Amino acid sequence: MTDKSPLTLTINGRDHAIAVEARRTLADAIREDCGQTGTHIGCEHGICGACTVIVDGEPVRSCLMFAVQAEGRQIRTVEGLADGETLHVMQQAFMDHHGLQCGFCTPGFLMLAVGVLEREPDISDDDLLDVLSSNLCRCTGYQNIIKAVRAAADEMRK
Amino acid sequence: MGSTPGMSEAKQKIVGRSVARLEDRPLLLGQGRFAADVSFAGQWSMRVVRSAVAHGKLRGIDASAALAWPGVHAVWTHKDVAHIPPIPFRLTGLKELEPYRQTVLAKDYVRYVGEPVVVVFAADQYVAEDAADLVELDIEPLTPVLDASGATGPFDGTHATEPSVIRKGYGDVEAAFKAAHAVVSLALSTGRHSGVPMETRGAIARYDEGRDILEMHGAAKVPWWNRDHIAQMIGRTRDNMHLYEGHVGGGFGIRGEIYPEDVLVCAAALAFKKPIKWIEDRREHLIAANHSRQQQHNVRAAIDTNGRILAIDNEFFHDNGAYMRTHAATVPDLAAAMLPGPYRVPAYRAIGHIRLTNKTPSGTYRAPGRYESTFVRERLMDAIAAHVGIDGVEIRRRNLIGKSAMPYDLHLDTLGTHIVYDSGDYALLLDKTLAAAGWPELKASLTKRRAAGEKVGAGVAMFVEKSGLGPSDTVRVDVKSNGKIEVVTGVASVGQGVETAMAQIAADALGVDYTDINVIHGQTDRIDTGSGAFASRVTVMCGEATRLASVKLRDRALKLAAELMQTEPGALDIINSEIVRRSGSGASMTLAELAQARPGELSAEDTFLSSHMVYPYGVHIAAVKVDGETGAVAIERYVIGYDVGKAVNPRLVESQIAGGLAQGLGGALLEEFVYDDHGEPLSVTFADYLMPTAREVPAMSILITEDAPSPLNPMGLKGAGEGGANPVGAAIASAIDDALQRPGAVADLPVTPQRLARLLKERPGPL
Repeated sequence: MTDKSPLTLTINGRDHAIAVEARRTLADAIREDCGQTGTHIGCEHGICGACTVIVDGEPVRSCLMFAVQAEGRQIRTVEGLADGETLHVMQQAFMDHHGLQCGFCTPGFLMLAVGVLEREPDISDDDLLDVLSSNLCRCTGYQNIIKAVRAAADEMRK
Repeated sequence: MGSTPGMSEAKQKIVGRSVARLEDRPLLLGQGRFAADVSFAGQWSMRVVRSAVAHGKLRGIDASAALAWPGVHAVWTHKDVAHIPPIPFRLTGLKELEPYRQTVLAKDYVRYVGEPVVVVFAADQYVAEDAADLVELDIEPLTPVLDASGATGPFDGTHATEPSVIRKGYGDVEAAFKAAHAVVSLALSTGRHSGVPMETRGAIARYDEGRDILEMHGAAKVPWWNRDHIAQMIGRTRDNMHLYEGHVGGGFGIRGEIYPEDVLVCAAALAFKKPIKWIEDRREHLIAANHSRQQQHNVRAAIDTNGRILAIDNEFFHDNGAYMRTHAATVPDLAAAMLPGPYRVPAYRAIGHIRLTNKTPSGTYRAPGRYESTFVRERLMDAIAAHVGIDGVEIRRRNLIGKSAMPYDLHLDTLGTHIVYDSGDYALLLDKTLAAAGWPELKASLTKRRAAGEKVGAGVAMFVEKSGLGPSDTVRVDVKSNGKIEVVTGVASVGQGVETAMAQIAADALGVDYTDINVIHGQTDRIDTGSGAFASRVTVMCGEATRLASVKLRDRALKLAAELMQTEPGALDIINSEIVRRSGSGASMTLAELAQARPGELSAEDTFLSSHMVYPYGVHIAAVKVDGETGAVAIERYVIGYDVGKAVNPRLVESQIAGGLAQGLGGALLEEFVYDDHGEPLSVTFADYLMPTAREVPAMSILITEDAPSPLNPMGLKGAGEGGANPVGAAIASAIDDALQRPGAVADLPVTPQRLARLLKERPGPL
């Protein structure tokens, strides 16, 4: 069960040469093997969305994907959102609209929202609400997350 | 105002303003340090083998295959931890409950699905899980006890099903019922659900042999109490053990108590001299972490001809699950003590049966005991209104405790304190909240829509919360040599914004910018004692301690600066970290310069003591639409009025309320830990245990008022953590009744679509 294969994961533009078992989830590989712990694991069965990352432009649940499936693909995590000291508009909007409390679900929401808005900048408010209802938050009651994402969407369309 | 008005006005107060949080930046950048993010070189992973049987006699354990599995270092069963006593009670620890405490691994019997029986230690998590699957438990099944309200009897060979009965009351209840114009009776229940934070639990222990220090990371809520008691359980002292709180992914009452796994990682780190890491998975969380809320109530009210309450008599059954955990009798005790709420109840009796069942043990969850008893009381108020034939708002108004009656002695005790409502103007908040909801127009519009065939309705619920539990909090404030301020507290952060709120209070008291303040929490090696974060206590208790210590530090700074600046302290002021002359002219010096000139001296510590809690209060108004086909309930409108005495940061208060509402809605409509007839838990994934998403939680209006500052602390603070959740079940039930035009239709929470559809099918049309 412990046969590990060499593998290169490209996370936020940087290559990580690692060796993992075929069964290792992408979430575990990102966190444990590549040391990028900003991606969180909340349920390991694809419901809560805390582990959402962007793979080749698409938001995915990294707990439902094997690391080996991500080889050769562009993975983006929360650590890659900011530009140096400058927060991404989505991060700034979450701060401005108080879209987080404990912050555990936040990276998943950020990557979900950024991933969707990059692909569909003109998404309707109602469709956006559908998208956001695919991740769980237990602290905020969601309204401030919705406000933040809508504000960032306006900004990203500019 | 100060002696030189111009200058004092320049010092704009920051308490009361919705400034941005200090906590956000690292969390947004992915730099949070949650439990699973803590790792040490050479660590072993721990995996818990849990009982898959609800009730049984443990005949044997075969761990040989697991031990032989490559990468497995050790396996522990109860005999390896037999020297560790059961987990002690933190609150409301009645003596008669002690035999029902949980040992860290099952001994002789298993009593719920999810009970830790064996732990496997291995090189990594995947290996540990592989090996755990190979452990064979030989369990002789026994009949599970799953109903908490039936006849009492033996729980198993050693226990009985009713370890204790809570009794509270005052006045002559029997006489009141005899003299009553009418008696209104209801049978009600709240469902089994819990806090379910997004971060599962985790504990990482490391023994530093060189320094003889045992560390546990992943602490939350009450690190100091846990340090003292875990140390005691494993034969150490509070001096050679430290707990560290990193970022905490939500608490809600359930996280941060001592659980078996916390003790096991500590004991194992000592035994093996290896760092031991345990991270809970979600299935484990749903069957192993504290459940809450499940109670059945049989309540009666004696009323006069006008619907005024003469007495309330309530007997209830608290479904505790299989063991008494750290909260012991806390939840049923609070349910009994807080049931009277904002109303004048001349005579009262509560009998709360604590019952054991073969389910996951329970503890507190945001508004513990009050979510339950507010549901009961407010259902009762609606029933009284229906009986008398008057409006639900009017019946409440008639029974409210008046402002002139404050402070109001309830003649009941809970959490070791006497309940005295410190301040409140309940009728005023009712008026304000009704106005915010546009109540008459809302009712008229709903009536019109009902006439057109829609099932829409609105309901009101009122409640009194408690907060600011003492007995004490100590805070130390220092000016560092770079001029930055450090506030060292004995509280914890579960994500609610403690750092920001404490920094705001210290900033005003000291005369510095709040962003120059670093608030330390949850580190037992930084301050010797701490009461932690629960019972909406932090802003009240730690907030006042922070203010006291900051004022003391300011006085010290001015005294030291006066010596250096050859003037009197009274002639000086601190503005933006600079010590200036009130006259406005002459030399000044910065706090950094002063700290460098008098190293180690710019430090002050103070303690706030309080023997009484403080009591915020609120009103929730819900408007709902029921789908007659599916039984789904959509929230069309939700308005909350909450008086917190004084809001340190109104936006943080609002967000506490918003988050509480979402959790309250979960318990009202969706969330339930369901068991089958064998005691098998059926809600073990997020596909079965449904929490509200962005689709289910409505936009809401939140009205924060400051009409009744607490007289028990100088800033007038009351806690805001639990008022969002407390009456949601009650308000939703009332609104559904109205939508169906069937008073009393909702007797049980959660009102799942299945349950409501069945209700509609069984008894169509108005009652």
